[in-house]
Amino acid sequence: MRLYVIAVYLFLYIPIGIIALFSFNAGRHAAQFAGFSTQWYGKALDNPFVIDALKTSFTVAMTSALLATVCGTLAAVALQGIRGRLRMVYDALIYMAVMVPGIVIGIATLITLVTVFDTLNPLLATLFGGKAPPQLGLGKGSLIAAHGLFTMALVIVIVRARLQGMDRTLLEAAADLGAPPMRSFVQITLPQIAPAVLAGFLLAFTFSFDDFIVAFFVAGSETTLPIYVFSSIRRGVTPEINAIGAMVMAASLVLLITAQMILRPRKR
Amino acid sequence: MEARPIAELRAVTKRYGVVTAARGLNLSIRPGEFLSFLGPSGCGKTTALRMLAGFEQATEGEVLIDGRVVNGVPPYLRPVNMVFQQYALFPHMNVAQNVGYGLNQRRPRPSRAEVAAEVERALQMVRLAGFSDRRVWEMSGGQQQRVALARAIVNRPKILLLDEPMAALDKKLRHEMQIELKSLQRELGITFVLVTHDQEEALSMSDRVCIMDHGQIAQIGTPEDLYDRPQSRYVADFVGRSNFIPAWVMGMVGDHIRAEGPEGLSFTARTGAPLTIGTEILLSLRPEDIQLALAGAPDGHPMRITHRIFLGEHTEYHLSSSAIDHLVTVVPRGADAVLRNLTVGTEVAVCWREGAPLALTRD
Ligand SMILES: Nc1ncnc2c1ncn2[C@@H]1O[C@H](COP(=O)(O)OP(=O)(O)OP(=O)(O)O)[C@@H](O)[C@H]1O
Ligand SMILES: [Mg+2]
Repeated sequence: MRLYVIAVYLFLYIPIGIIALFSFNAGRHAAQFAGFSTQWYGKALDNPFVIDALKTSFTVAMTSALLATVCGTLAAVALQGIRGRLRMVYDALIYMAVMVPGIVIGIATLITLVTVFDTLNPLLATLFGGKAPPQLGLGKGSLIAAHGLFTMALVIVIVRARLQGMDRTLLEAAADLGAPPMRSFVQITLPQIAPAVLAGFLLAFTFSFDDFIVAFFVAGSETTLPIYVFSSIRRGVTPEINAIGAMVMAASLVLLITAQMILRPRKR
Repeated sequence: MEARPIAELRAVTKRYGVVTAARGLNLSIRPGEFLSFLGPSGCGKTTALRMLAGFEQATEGEVLIDGRVVNGVPPYLRPVNMVFQQYALFPHMNVAQNVGYGLNQRRPRPSRAEVAAEVERALQMVRLAGFSDRRVWEMSGGQQQRVALARAIVNRPKILLLDEPMAALDKKLRHEMQIELKSLQRELGITFVLVTHDQEEALSMSDRVCIMDHGQIAQIGTPEDLYDRPQSRYVADFVGRSNFIPAWVMGMVGDHIRAEGPEGLSFTARTGAPLTIGTEILLSLRPEDIQLALAGAPDGHPMRITHRIFLGEHTEYHLSSSAIDHLVTVVPRGADAVLRNLTVGTEVAVCWREGAPLALTRD
């Protein structure tokens, strides 16, 4: 049993370890280790394509995570007020949204967006007329929309859990002491759920930043970091790619661990 | 003339779906009084209190506070404050912020200095001066309760509502807190409405007690009233304890009635309302109103001891005879040693003063 567990962990972490190891490879071939060097990190960070992709990824992750956090938190609070069968339906829908495979979300979002664009673009053209009517198309906007949608479900689930653990009489006490609903939301509910909101944001950010599958479908001509890595790999795995992978992974780990620590139950 | 009630329930009914938690409550609360709702679990005490606080709205009837109908008025607009059973202190605020919370909700907002002064005064009243900067979860249960109390009284509510505030405290602390609460109420002159299922607590602290039974008010009165003149078996049983003997009304003797019990036993009983001859009644006889004598005493009803329970300040005997199959009496510590040390199986005689039994209508 012990051995089995060890084997599982080895299988899980050896490939990741190898990537990290080879990112410090002095040689230029990915397959043989030729001494220690950090040159590939420097190379990766000097590459304008990498920097561009990083910027795009960051903008998209930041915006979509912010959107997901605000909308998700509000949705969680609203859902808290619903009782009975309707609530079960909503809950089931949210959990389903979390579990749907990325590829399904990617294709579904792509089809939806393209359909919407195809109906709206002619309309815009007739509305504005002229030579260059505004055109809706895939790009940062569609990336943010798609990421925002599927990470919102995540935020809802996390914030809901915290809300359910919150003592309802606190809100009654606030109302009893003269606080109207909006004020008690800001003064009592928000501080109580703040850790969950923050953790939700970090998770949403990480999911968006690391996502390849959904982005692949809806990015249009935009290149996010995972898309850049994917397209470079087709020309062969270089230590530079390993370095990028190691950096993305380190950043994601830091965010995930932070979220985990925030969500860890504390006394009160 | 009585002063205008500070709060009133007029034919108030509250239903949760098919459950009727309160049914036709009629009650006026006098300014400055200490009123308790007393009753067993699930009888609707909390529901009544929450309708005064505004957390629940009456399904039927009217709730008035300070002469104004408040049906539909939300809790944050009502001039009452509540002390919650689990205190419901805000965990992300320190003691002073908790206590000052209500003051900071006022518009226009009072100045910081004013709030700080009021908070300090309230903390002094609950003997927590100097605890302002403490985190609430660093305080003991008793201290948290005082913070909850200070947080409510600092707003000078028209009525202070307390829902089993002492339930989470141990017995000794609870007793101290009861005394403190009572003196605080006298000092402040605020109307207190307390919910409890502890009869001792209700009787010792309240000016009036409202006894509830399955969502209805069984009887309202001073503790003495309820003890000496219960109007039903339910109240007689709930406030103190009593023996119940079935009987029939035989006639009136002045303001007393003459009643005949099983095997022709004859009683002279008090009554709250005139009763017609032949009515079936229940006689309520308090254990301490029964005198015990050695067998053969004149005018005594012969009975046999079935249990003896030593309780320190008094000794309790359970008695039985062919006419009355179960009767409880107590012999105080000061009584004759012979009477305190009777063994099970001994034949004795019991008697009671004329007018000690109370006639209750049968329900
Ligand atoms: N929110 C609610 N929904 C449905 N039923 C309720 C609700 N609140 C109370 N009840 C029911 O109403 C009745 C009275 O409840 P209430 O809480 O007033 O009792 P209580 O006298 O305070 O009892 P306890 O001493 O146990 O606190 C109970 O039968 C209870 O189950
Ligand atoms: Mg209750």
